[in-house]
Amino acid sequence: MRVRLNGDWQTLPEGATAADAAAVVGVRPGDRGVAVAVDGAVVPAAGWGEVVLAEGCTVEVVRAAAGG
Amino acid sequence: MDQMTIGGRTLGSRLLLGSGGFAHPAALSGAIHAAQAEVVTVAVRRVEHAPGGLLEAIEAAGASVLPNTAGCFTAREAVTTAHLAREAFATDWVKLEVIGDARTLLPDAVELLVAAERLVADGFTVLAYTTDDPVLGRRLEDAGCAAVMPLGSPIGSGLGIRNPHAISLMREAVSVPLILDAGIGTASDAALAMELGCDAVLAATAVSRAADPPAMARALHLAVEAGRTARGAGRIPRLHHAQASTGDEGRPEVSA
Repeated sequence: MRVRLNGDWQTLPEGATAADAAAVVGVRPGDRGVAVAVDGAVVPAAGWGEVVLAEGCTVEVVRAAAGG
Repeated sequence: MDQMTIGGRTLGSRLLLGSGGFAHPAALSGAIHAAQAEVVTVAVRRVEHAPGGLLEAIEAAGASVLPNTAGCFTAREAVTTAHLAREAFATDWVKLEVIGDARTLLPDAVELLVAAERLVADGFTVLAYTTDDPVLGRRLEDAGCAAVMPLGSPIGSGLGIRNPHAISLMREAVSVPLILDAGIGTASDAALAMELGCDAVLAATAVSRAADPPAMARALHLAVEAGRTARGAGRIPRLHHAQASTGDEGRPEVSA
């Protein structure tokens, strides 16, 4: 299954969750100061393992950066 | 300095600091201390572009985080970014920026108002970065924004306050806190903002790209305090001609 993760297409196993996608970019549930959105909707950290990704979906994993 | 209240929260410092442009968290930390800032903005970026440790550095310096929506060009992007920030940083405060033009980074008034209404409905404390338009400022206040943040000039330009009259009009139009946001170049710009009636100043580039950031941070802190005090003291009117400060009465006859 292919998903667009932080702007890059990645191949993940069928049934992969938001937690699996976050792990690809080095983020685990419980990490401080991070957030995940799937197709533009924020997924609370407690639910990362329950949100199963669909083929072609967009996942964004973010953190605080210097700015503003 | 006297305290100010934004969205029910009391702040002792009227200088807010942006975290953009600092070489490393330690440099930011030094500037936060020198500015005596209690609120520091951060952006939301993909983890590959956001080295960790920024939140920790800000909190260790005794300040709290104000997430922004920098880089968003639509209300939809800004709303999603604010929700990501709330999830990541556990704060419902957001500095709402919706940019309408990549070259000037000027706000898009229409998208800004739409995003502000939505985020207020979603329970956010919205501090809205806006053009120096008193009508839009009032509309943002009516939409429920906790603070209105007019630009003095474009972001990062250091051009100061190009239209002081507009800022003065905004002060009359808006009753929520008014925070002069973009364009601060040096201390006199911050003092002017406060003399015009702003409640606070936010500076980023002016500090981070100064030759000596902690020194500039301290200068801005002093300028904000000076400008606030001068505003309260009441400046004299501007006159076209001179008005002697020394009376003529009792002047001795000394011509030969």
